[in-house]
Amino acid sequence: MPAFIWLTVMTALRILARNRLRAGLTMLGIVIGVGAVIAMVSIGEGAKRAVQAQIATMGTNVIIVWPGATTVSGVRGGQGGAVTLTVSDALDLKKKIPLLSETGWARREVMQMVNGNRNWNGPINGISPSYLTIRDWGFSSGGPFAQADLDSAARVALIGQTIVDNLFDEGEEPVGAVIRIRNVPFRIIGVLSPKGQSAQGSDQDDVIFIPFTTAERKVFGTLFLGSVAALFASTDRPEDLPEAVAQIREVLRGRHRLQAEQADDFTVKTQVDIGKVQEGTSYTLTLLLFSVASVSLLVGGIGIMNILLVSVTERTREIGVRMAVGAKRRHIAMQFLIEAMTLSLLGGAVGVVLGVVGAKLTTVVAGWPTVISTDVILLAFLFSLAVGLFFGLYPANKASRLNPIEALRYE
Amino acid sequence: MHSFIHCDDIWKVYRLGDVDVQALRGLSLRIEKGEFVAVMGSSGSGKSTLMNILGCLDRPTKGHYRLEGRDAGELRADQLADIRNREIGFVFQSFNLIPRTSALENAQLPLLYRGLPLTEQRAMAARVLQRVGLAGREHHYSTQLSGGQQQRVAIARALITNPSLLLADEPTGNLDTQSSREIMTMLEALNGEGITIILVTHEADIAAYARREIVLKDGQVLSDRMTKPRAQSVEV
Repeated sequence: MPAFIWLTVMTALRILARNRLRAGLTMLGIVIGVGAVIAMVSIGEGAKRAVQAQIATMGTNVIIVWPGATTVSGVRGGQGGAVTLTVSDALDLKKKIPLLSETGWARREVMQMVNGNRNWNGPINGISPSYLTIRDWGFSSGGPFAQADLDSAARVALIGQTIVDNLFDEGEEPVGAVIRIRNVPFRIIGVLSPKGQSAQGSDQDDVIFIPFTTAERKVFGTLFLGSVAALFASTDRPEDLPEAVAQIREVLRGRHRLQAEQADDFTVKTQVDIGKVQEGTSYTLTLLLFSVASVSLLVGGIGIMNILLVSVTERTREIGVRMAVGAKRRHIAMQFLIEAMTLSLLGGAVGVVLGVVGAKLTTVVAGWPTVISTDVILLAFLFSLAVGLFFGLYPANKASRLNPIEALRYE
Repeated sequence: MHSFIHCDDIWKVYRLGDVDVQALRGLSLRIEKGEFVAVMGSSGSGKSTLMNILGCLDRPTKGHYRLEGRDAGELRADQLADIRNREIGFVFQSFNLIPRTSALENAQLPLLYRGLPLTEQRAMAARVLQRVGLAGREHHYSTQLSGGQQQRVAIARALITNPSLLLADEPTGNLDTQSSREIMTMLEALNGEGITIILVTHEADIAAYARREIVLKDGQVLSDRMTKPRAQSVEV
């Protein structure tokens, strides 16, 4: 049997080599189908990883609560449309919900900051120290401020890499330097390690953190003390997120004295929710590409079936001879199945090469990240093998059912 | 005691459209091991049908064909394929070599369906090509060989399995006189080695190589006579 299979594969390859153009055209469907799958999956996977990496920069198991969605005389304000969340909300959440490992809060305003003769406009964030923990901010030099700084409304600041690049000369040490925000001097005590782009595409390193109390009292000029732009919380385990969200809603509705029929005056989202939006996009894309690929593979399979049926007719006499010298039905069937699978596998191989090259080109030309997974390549091979097997069955069966006498007499 | 080939009241009926064609009509025949038989008859006399049945390519509609005691009518398609593979060699008028395939691979073909190791298959094919006088032409394709050489490749293919029965259907029909003589001399020699040969022809000078002549007419045996004594070297 191994000798039979080996010789049959060799024969199949020789027949293909003899009809290169025909074989090439036949394989085209499979080539395009497999190539498209490999290229698209690589691009899709690359995009997905990039989004995942961006989402991971938000922190771990993060829950964000925005004020908003208040109704004023029937007009619903958008997200963040009202000043309804406060520092005491955050403290109360921490106290009442043991699932939450941390709660923090922040307010931001874009303002000018000055260092010597340089200035820069960037978002000033008044935050609680816990905010840094929740969002996983690390330091490339210096360190965070403490609760004591919050209590005393200390004039200390943490700055992101983009601020460093714009306010300081190269080689100049920012930690210890004093910059001015609205003419208030702040001593820089830490430089944040870079996070890069956010999932929404904004520069996360264009940021400056100061204690919330300092911001409120000395920089922003707040109307209502203790009102925040957003609350942040985190849980220890990702599976606790849904339950934590439900409890946050319950506590906040209670604190805000909302009646059962009233809508929430805040919006709760988790990191997972934000990730889902992005994944949804790539899921749609994946679905689309798989439908394109399956149509292509189907067409390729039909092409293979067609060419094999032609081949069975062309080689009727040969089939008769083979039967006369002792080939059984299964030998004839296997010969044509092997030819079909050789065609489809070759097509698959060419498709894989084309797909990988296409993906690499996309990275080089368009700069999109791509990830080539061996799983997909393996799957593509299996798929093309299956296509060959499936569409080879009918011609193979037809060949094996020929009557040897009639086949021998066929002109 | 059965003969080597035993045809007992064989009928073969084809259905062509609305008409039944009776190709063989109660044919009975015995052929012993080592015989060299020429089957003659006009076209439509049932020669080809008889050859198909003798070669286990077809089964009789009625009656029994026994080859070495086994009733071919009772065997499954795969068993018939095995008999064709191991005990019968075919030589056709139009050679029926597989196109664009070397002489060696053509000769090797029956072994493909036996599961022998590849090197053994090749060695056997080379030996049998040598036996039919084609040493050195193993890698020639059929287009590079003359008609006589192609028929010798076909004989090599028939011989590679050491069959006890060789069926030759007008083996010289497409050959010139010189090649015909060579092929017939070769068949004669093979018969001398003990292989039973049944030859279909309508040329008297070709039939003259055989030792027994059977003439068919309308699906029955018209005449059956010994033309020469049996080959000396054969022990019956």
